[in-house]
Amino acid sequence: MSEHIVPVRVYLTIFVVLLVGTGLTVLAAFHDFTYHAFGKEIALNAVIALTIAVTKATFVVLYFMHVRYSSKLVWMIVTSALFWMAIMFSLTLADYWTRGWLPVGY
Amino acid sequence: MSHAATEEVHGHPALQHHFANMEQQREAGTLGMWVFLVTEIMFFGGMFLAYTLYRSNYPFAFASASNHLDITLGAVNTGVLILSSFTMAMAVYFTQVGKSRPQILCLILTLILGLTFLGIKAVEYKSKYDDALVPGRLIPNRPFGPTVAREGDTDHHKLHLLGNATVKQVELFYWLYFAMTGMHALHMIIGAGLLTFLLYGSIKRRYGPEYHSPVEVIGLYWHFVDIIWIFLFPLLYLLGRHFEHG
Repeated sequence: MSEHIVPVRVYLTIFVVLLVGTGLTVLAAFHDFTYHAFGKEIALNAVIALTIAVTKATFVVLYFMHVRYSSKLVWMIVTSALFWMAIMFSLTLADYWTRGWLPVGY
Repeated sequence: MSHAATEEVHGHPALQHHFANMEQQREAGTLGMWVFLVTEIMFFGGMFLAYTLYRSNYPFAFASASNHLDITLGAVNTGVLILSSFTMAMAVYFTQVGKSRPQILCLILTLILGLTFLGIKAVEYKSKYDDALVPGRLIPNRPFGPTVAREGDTDHHKLHLLGNATVKQVELFYWLYFAMTGMHALHMIIGAGLLTFLLYGSIKRRYGPEYHSPVEVIGLYWHFVDIIWIFLFPLLYLLGRHFEHG
């Protein structure tokens, strides 16, 4: 068999990383990361929570789901999911988030 | 990828006639599962998009509603699901190295942890029902109508509204909460069924180093469901906590 068998040590490490990530995200949620800069309020709580979540998901995909050791074709399929998600979010939000910008149509 | 192993496993009973060898069959199965998972990602993606949109419209309502969720149960469930993902990964490992007893044990553990998650979820749903937080009129004689707390009132069964939040906007959060966690729970229930199927096959000694696609592929599904929860937990449970303690 030419497939890669991921060693137990790697699975254990990822498991610990995921638990630590969960702890961090709970801790960070109780702290207010709102800053005042450029004359505006900048809230970083959501950014921090999502950064941790994306990091955790990446570890799951690469190691638990073996994508790191998979063929280029699997890589391409996984990337395509992210690509279509990006299109869906950016086009939809580009509409909704800019509707109030111009006082027309009322 | 490599064709070196072609001859020795050619006669495996699980090999379908349209594949040249077990290696090709396994690769095709994994690829097919990933294509399915992409459709699943898009499916959940629509709900995450709706969430993003309405949270940006009504930040205070979402924070108020989120603060009513039980953070301890949510965090424990995250841990349970991560542990179940680990035991699932170990089940795949033990199948690959041909150790059937630990393989069966890992599958049983994964199944138990999955059911534990669903049990905790049911407890949470029950408390939302008690506080009249089930949106719309889904349940006869119990429409959405939480008791709103006044200033200084610390009763955690009442809804504490922050900023300019309204009860109507809080209801929108609970539509999304029940849609997203409900869909996730449905995936968990299907996953528990799939695990039972794997457990049966494992007890019959059907999977081993040459043939483990079913374990691998259902493992991919299980990890995917875990990933959805990795995003749901901070987005639903943690988003408004810093308004209380900041």
